[in-house]
Amino acid sequence: MSLLEIKNLYKSFGGLGAVINFNFTIQSGELIGLIGPNGAGKTTVFNLITGVYRPDKGQILLQGQNIAGLPPYTICQKGIARTFQNIRLFKDLSVIDNVKIAFHKNVDYSLFSTLIRLPAFFQGEKDIETKAMEYLSIFKLDHKRDEIASNLPYGEQRRLEIARALATQPTLLILDEPAAGMNPQETKELMELIKWVREEFQLSILLIEHDMSLVMGVCERIYVLDYGQVIAEGLPQEIRNNKKVIEAYLGEEVGKC
Amino acid sequence: MLEFLQQMINGLSLGAIYALIALGYTMVYGIIKLINFAHGDIMMVGAYVGFFSITLLGTDIVVAMLAAMIFCAILGVIMEKVAYRPLRNSTRIAALITAIGLSLFLEYITVVILGPTQKVFPASAFPVKAYNIAGLSILNKQVFVFVSAVLLMVILQYIIKRTKTGKAMRAVSLDREAAVLMGISVDRTISITFAIGSALAAAAGVMIGVYYQTINPLMGIIPGLKAFVAAVLGGIGLVPGAMVGGFVMGLLETLVMGYGNSLYRDAVAFGVLIIILLIRPTGLFGKNTGEKV
Amino acid sequence: MQEKSKSWLQFLLEVIVLVLLFTLVQYALSAGLVNQSYQITLTSMCINVILAVSLNLINGFTGQLSLGHAGFMAIGAYVSVIITNFMDLPFIAGILGGCLAAGIAGFVVGVPTLRLKGDYLAIATLAFGEIIRVVLQNIDYVNGPAGIMGITKLTTWPWLYWAAIFTILIIVNLMNSSYGRAIVSIREDEVASELMGINTTRYKVLAFVIGAMFAGLAGVLYAHYFYIIRPETFNFLKSFDMLVMVVLGGLGSTTGAIIAAVFITFLTLALQKYAAMRMVIYALTLIIVMIYRPQGLMGNKELSRKTFSGIWGGRK
Repeated sequence: MSLLEIKNLYKSFGGLGAVINFNFTIQSGELIGLIGPNGAGKTTVFNLITGVYRPDKGQILLQGQNIAGLPPYTICQKGIARTFQNIRLFKDLSVIDNVKIAFHKNVDYSLFSTLIRLPAFFQGEKDIETKAMEYLSIFKLDHKRDEIASNLPYGEQRRLEIARALATQPTLLILDEPAAGMNPQETKELMELIKWVREEFQLSILLIEHDMSLVMGVCERIYVLDYGQVIAEGLPQEIRNNKKVIEAYLGEEVGKC
Repeated sequence: MLEFLQQMINGLSLGAIYALIALGYTMVYGIIKLINFAHGDIMMVGAYVGFFSITLLGTDIVVAMLAAMIFCAILGVIMEKVAYRPLRNSTRIAALITAIGLSLFLEYITVVILGPTQKVFPASAFPVKAYNIAGLSILNKQVFVFVSAVLLMVILQYIIKRTKTGKAMRAVSLDREAAVLMGISVDRTISITFAIGSALAAAAGVMIGVYYQTINPLMGIIPGLKAFVAAVLGGIGLVPGAMVGGFVMGLLETLVMGYGNSLYRDAVAFGVLIIILLIRPTGLFGKNTGEKV
Repeated sequence: MQEKSKSWLQFLLEVIVLVLLFTLVQYALSAGLVNQSYQITLTSMCINVILAVSLNLINGFTGQLSLGHAGFMAIGAYVSVIITNFMDLPFIAGILGGCLAAGIAGFVVGVPTLRLKGDYLAIATLAFGEIIRVVLQNIDYVNGPAGIMGITKLTTWPWLYWAAIFTILIIVNLMNSSYGRAIVSIREDEVASELMGINTTRYKVLAFVIGAMFAGLAGVLYAHYFYIIRPETFNFLKSFDMLVMVVLGGLGSTTGAIIAAVFITFLTLALQKYAAMRMVIYALTLIIVMIYRPQGLMGNKELSRKTFSGIWGGRK
């Protein structure tokens, strides 16, 4: 069984189809890229998968179970985590608290033991602290644990967002333009990090990216979206030479790819 | 049936007053997405200006109303400049808290200056006459309130639809950044919006003085809240919605007072508000917009 | 190990300070050193602290602007008086009943309204607060607009003091936990919070219910001290009073809420004869704080964080 299978997903805004009959599969451990010109509906697909929007039609099967239309927190609890195109950290909170919040769905002490401070609370907090530090050190943020998130430099904010998403212990990680605003060096490091994360955490990754070199470099398969529809799907080399894809891109921004 | 028609007549003039106040709420919300909590209190200030115009200067009711409108237009502009403009880029909660502060300020500065007791609108300014038409009693003050309110609404519609200023107002409320690029002065347009909204509220204040005969520093709170409910009912930000909402609220209130328990007259407005907010927060005529992620 | 014994020492020290403060005031009261007006101030201070700290949980930490806190206070007050004065049950039953009733009301109001955002929520809670008041005015059993008179004075200094401490302790404990972090994440970014697996509706309602219960507690203490309760006492101006405290102290700071509550209580005392002037000052406070220091006195910081977490054991 595929990890995630999407069948005939459809969503329109005010009568305009934003995502039209979208079909998609991702296997366990796969790393897939979703590309397409601006306004093609990529982020909408992410929003549909993660429950921010409710699909008009279609099924989203996570390990065979339909999750279409469930609230976002349930979908996250079932194992899908994401980052955002325009970083959405908990800005005024410390770096470590950002990660700790992601552990909340697995919190193992009760509200009651919180309020009257039973031993279970102290043990639970200690565990969360330890785990949060693990994630921070993976992303080289441990020395900044008490820094306020919005004070981090841009690249570190992106890394913190990925750390936070991973802390929810997903089986599928969705990255919305993770390299946006990064320089080539940072992008390269990020590519390595993404590959490493996939191996280390044994999960599948789906990413949207504008930077073609990144997508071609790390993704095993690529879906190309244009005007809400999949116009091509296949291996990076196939996509590179696909006529429709070239047209879609050239029609939009000449020479960028 | 006659009884019902009578209630409708009473409701229409009350509704006209609510509609006038609601217009100010809706216009301000449309343009800067702020619930101007102090709007009802501007109405109160208008009522006082009208009162002093009649008692101290001996003017007639129409002049009093104009004086109140001019005074409150200026007050509205100052309020926006001093309190709201510095907050234009901060959170909506901050702006709302400031609006609550302004509301309290207007109420209690009036208490401090003029005392908490109510003042009686001089009956000589508007001698009340009753007409009997087909068994229905219609008071001349009801006619006065209704006609002048409708007249003001027609003028407002003209301003919004036909003048350059109105076009600018619509442009700013649709897309502020684009309006700036088109060479529209956003600050000036917002000021004008406050001026017009406040002037309408002031007119409503004088009407309430004429209608209920007494005015006091806290008189703006409840009609203000009801007018707000009217604005939400019609779809906040929509000018025609506010008019319809105002009339609906006026009629509803007189019906509750006429047939139900008058103690509940204020609860009705809040009940209506909660029902709309829960079932259709965009109001009767509003469109739904979701958050962008 | 050293770390641990140090924090225990700190804990002990804090308890001693708290008990000392209590005993001192208790002694002053029983020795007749405190005049009537200061006794009332002391009472208002504790009640205001409970109100401000609990409203701050909703407005400051959860970021959901509620303007209906006075309504829950009213429910606590009325229900407890029914229990103690009408049914002749002990004070503790009144306290529990009052808190429970206010909590249930908080749940009933919270579940539908907390779907709304920002200013809409503010107005809806204001409306609910007013509806509670109007309904009380129309119930003959509790004397309608005239209110209930001759309530037995059961609220004493120990009740007031320990109720305030209890409120602070529970809310500080809540906020320094995973549950508290979930609550704050809603204020920070509701969408992101939801996507991190947090059932935001549940935690908004949780914060709202806990806040309402403590407002109820404040109402119980109020009713059994001031002899008379009327629906009018709990109108939305009362909610605005509490809002002033929370805003002045800094939305999201328990320390700030406590300081502001104490300060506002003394301000009220000082301006007793000039009630209208007091409101003008409140109004200007709201406006000036929002324009020049929107984070309030304390921002979202807490006073001597280390000392605090030492007591409650949140962190090393």
